[in-house]
Amino acid sequence: MKLDTSGLESTAPLFGANTVLFDGFKDVPSFDVPKTNDFDGFQKEAIQMVKPAKGTTTLAFIFKEGVIVAADSRASMGGYISSQSVKKIIEINPYMLGTMAGGAADCQFWHRNLGIKCRLHELANKRRISVTGASKLLANILYSYRGMGLSVGTMIAGWDETGPGLYYVDSEGGRLKGTRFSVGSGSPYAYGVLDSGYRYDMSVQEAAELARRSIYHATFRDGASGGVASVYYVGPSGWKKLSGDDVGELHYNYYPVLPSTVEQEMTES
Amino acid sequence: MECVFGLVGNGFAVVVADTSAVHSILVHKPNEDKILLLDSHKLMGASGEPGDRIQFTEYIQKNMSLYQFRNGIPLTTAAAANFTRGELASALRKNPYHVNILLAGYDKETGPSLYYIDYIATLHKVDKAAFGYGSYFSLAMMDRHYHSGMSLEEAIDLVDKCITEIRSRLVVAPPNFVIKIVDKDGAREYAWRETVKDAPIPSA
Repeated sequence: MKLDTSGLESTAPLFGANTVLFDGFKDVPSFDVPKTNDFDGFQKEAIQMVKPAKGTTTLAFIFKEGVIVAADSRASMGGYISSQSVKKIIEINPYMLGTMAGGAADCQFWHRNLGIKCRLHELANKRRISVTGASKLLANILYSYRGMGLSVGTMIAGWDETGPGLYYVDSEGGRLKGTRFSVGSGSPYAYGVLDSGYRYDMSVQEAAELARRSIYHATFRDGASGGVASVYYVGPSGWKKLSGDDVGELHYNYYPVLPSTVEQEMTES
Repeated sequence: MECVFGLVGNGFAVVVADTSAVHSILVHKPNEDKILLLDSHKLMGASGEPGDRIQFTEYIQKNMSLYQFRNGIPLTTAAAANFTRGELASALRKNPYHVNILLAGYDKETGPSLYYIDYIATLHKVDKAAFGYGSYFSLAMMDRHYHSGMSLEEAIDLVDKCITEIRSRLVVAPPNFVIKIVDKDGAREYAWRETVKDAPIPSA
C-alpha cells in the first residue's frame, strides 16, 4: 500500500532570506520514504536475530543437595518436528552429565569424545577428572573448531571432590562457571520460572519439581521445545534419572480442566 | 555491551569491568570476573568475544608464568604489554582474536602504568582508557575529572561517578561491576558494585 505523503511535500519557503546559508532550507524538510512493500518485515528479522537459535530447552542448577539437570526432547527442522523423543541429556560417565543444544550430531559426538578423554585421564592419573577439567577439555576442543560451523550449547554438570560443579560451554568457545543455566530457544521462558522459584536449600523433590515446571513452561511457549521433560539428579554417588513426563500430560496436571457451569443447555424438545 | 575502563593514580592503577556474561538478549551470569591477575603485580581487563577473551588472556598469563620460571624474574608491565600486542599482531592476518585489553601493572622502578591494547593490536601507554559502549560515557567523565597523581579515594570516587553515569545513560547497562587495583603491595580485587545479586549460597 503506497503511503500518502502529500502532506510532507511543500513548496512554501520556510526561511525568508534566500542567502547562501539558507539554501538547503528553502523547502519544508521532507524525506524520501523507502520504496518497499514490506514496511514491517524488519521487525520480524530483528526478533529472529535476538531469539536464541538452538531449538530446545535445557537447564541445570546447583543446590544444596547437588545438581539438577533437565531437558525437553523435541527435535525440529524449521517448522517440522522430526522427533519427540530425543535424549538431550548425555551420560558422559557415571558422575557427569552433559546437555545437548544445537546440532544433535555435534553434541553427541563431542560428548562421547569427552567421555573418552575423561576415562583416559582416569587411567593416566589414577583419579577421576574434575568437572572443571572436563569442561575445560571440551571448551578447548570447541575453541579450536571455532568458525567452522559447529553448533554446540552444552552444560557439563557433575559431582567431584570439591562438590557439585556446573559449567556452560558453547561452540563459540565460551565457558562459564555458574550455579544456574538454561540453554536453547526456550531458555528465556525457563529462566523466568527457574529464577523466581530458586532457593539454595531445597530438597531433591522440590528442586526436581522446579526443573520440571520450568521445562514445561518453556515448552508451552516455545514451538521448538516439547515432548518429554526429563529430570536428572547428580549427587555424591553419581547421577540418577528422576522422571520423564510428557509435557502434554504435565499441562493437564498443572491446569486440570474444570467442568464449567453450563449456562444454557441445548435440549431435545 | 561490555564496559572496561581504567586509570592511573598516585602509586596505583585501577581497572574496572562489568560482570555480565551475555549471549544475545540473555544474561547467562551476572558475576563473571573479566579482570585476570596476570601475576602478582599485573592486571588484565579484557572485553570481547567470550571464547577469545578467556583463551587469549589465559594464554598470555601462562606465557608470563613460563618466562618467570625460565628466567627467575617477572616481566615488566611494558614488556608484558608489548608481548601481548605482538601476539595479537601475529594472529591478526591469520586467525584474529577479537579481544580488547587494558593492562595495568606496577613496577618498582617505574611505578604504576596502564596500557591500551586494541583488538587490531594497537598499543598505547595511557593515563586513562575505556572500551565498549560504556566508554562513550566514562571517557568524557575521566577527561573532565582526572588529574595526575589522584589519591585512591579520589580515583574510586571517579570510578563510581563513571559507573553511575553508565548505569543511568546506557540502554543496556550492565548491573554489576568489579573494581581491581594494583599498587606496590600487588594486584588485588578492591570492590564489587552490584545492583543485581545472584541468589545467595549460605556458607557452611
